Amino acid sequence: MTEHTVKAYGDELNHLTAEVARMGGLAEAQVVDSIVCITRRDVNLAQNIIAHDDKLDQMQIDIERKAIKLIALRQPVAQDLRRTVAAMKISSNLERCGDLAKNIAKRALVVSEAEPMTPLTRSIERMGHLVTGRLKDVLDAYTSSNVTRAVGVWWRDEEVDEHYNSLFRELLTYMMADPRTITSCAHLLFVAKNLERIGDHATNIAEIIHFELTGEDMITHRPKHSDIES
Amino acid sequence: MTPNGSSFSRSVMPMNRDDSASHEASTASGEQTAPAAVSGPSVKIRARDINVFYGEKQALFDVAIDIPEKSVTSFIGPSGCGKSTFLRCMNRMNDTIPICRVTGAIEMDGEDVNDRSIDPVVLRARVGMVFQKPNPFPKSIYENVAYGPRIHGLATGKDELDAIVESSLRRAGLWDEVSDRLLQPGTGLSGGQQQRLVIARAIAVGPEVILMDEPCSALDPIATAKIEELIDELREQFCIVIVTHSMAQAARVSQRTAFFHMGRLVESGATDEIFTNPRDSRTQDYITGRFG
Repeated sequence: MTEHTVKAYGDELNHLTAEVARMGGLAEAQVVDSIVCITRRDVNLAQNIIAHDDKLDQMQIDIERKAIKLIALRQPVAQDLRRTVAAMKISSNLERCGDLAKNIAKRALVVSEAEPMTPLTRSIERMGHLVTGRLKDVLDAYTSSNVTRAVGVWWRDEEVDEHYNSLFRELLTYMMADPRTITSCAHLLFVAKNLERIGDHATNIAEIIHFELTGEDMITHRPKHSDIES
Repeated sequence: MTPNGSSFSRSVMPMNRDDSASHEASTASGEQTAPAAVSGPSVKIRARDINVFYGEKQALFDVAIDIPEKSVTSFIGPSGCGKSTFLRCMNRMNDTIPICRVTGAIEMDGEDVNDRSIDPVVLRARVGMVFQKPNPFPKSIYENVAYGPRIHGLATGKDELDAIVESSLRRAGLWDEVSDRLLQPGTGLSGGQQQRLVIARAIAVGPEVILMDEPCSALDPIATAKIEELIDELREQFCIVIVTHSMAQAARVSQRTAFFHMGRLVESGATDEIFTNPRDSRTQDYITGRFG
């Protein structure tokens, strides 16, 4: 990529991208930690996650302000405009990921008080690894401007959905077998749902990266599992 | 972003563009591809294989473009890229330069403008031109506008001429500002008013095409906004071609944009496409301010 004739403009764009990458790193860490709180019943870590969420909110506001200022002062067009808008949109997706991680941490506090349900938390952990892997890959795709990698993340969304489905059935079995587990299982169901949503945000980010880099939309014909609601 | 529906197979494909057929870029080798038909309004001006030489020096290379009627087409590109040269081909202004030689065909409504049977004076009434610096005649405001219709015999009497002057000044958005001083010299108006006066002068002879060569580069932002508003109104009646150094202006006023570089038409297409997703890296570099 050729340099901007006005260097400060190029610097501002690079700075914006770097901020988003930094925010992505933090959001990813929050999600990873939230899964650890569930599996290890770590109350202190959960409280840390809840306390750190403000930082992500602040970063998102910051990125949005910088992008608005850049649009007002530099009037970016073509790839520069797509890059600026992508930064805004990705940051808001990351902020949502942070909120979901915080919600998982809050549920971890409740779940920690009940009897451990190791097989279930193992399933959550597997799903969590899958989701954090996708989040990491999509953020790598963003920092390396790698459209193939972004599309790769997009394709793998189905795996997360499948995991969610099987976890849903697993939780139902537990609840039917022993009604005393309903409280914990209900929380774990929300945890699984949150993870699935984080996966959706990773998919969104993949689509945003695709548009940023190519100027083309992805048509997303994603198969839905209608049996989820059954 | 997660669509509903369970029967779809998974696929990744680019969205079909509405006007993909009308968005063309030259190939990597610099070869010009023939422009596809302009969608929407019909083609007013069709240029093919335009080469222009100033003496030994070639200024334009194989330019081919379709310009639709009742819309604004902007030409952008760095200084010396040939955009004004090409503009001047359209009303044979290059005829006035002895060393200038033009080859290729420019058709207006299917008629070759360089045909021997075409009188350049009549052609220039059909294809009006507005320049960078406002150039009113050193005459009254009224005479500036009345001059063209009078020499082309468009009015039979004073009343008719008055009506043409008034309607032209109204369409140029100048009437309310000058109606009480029509006999004062046109050169006494402000720069923006003078530019609107010469636009009124151009439209008074009932042209079909208006060529504008950087019409706002000598104007302040408010006067520029008035001219841009005027351009937007005029496109309902005329085919307008504007050369501009302001990318923002091209983006604001035109429906189609053509990017010239070193005498070649690099890319032309719908303005929103050019400014969000240009196909050629040279266009991208130019409009984002990376050229050089």
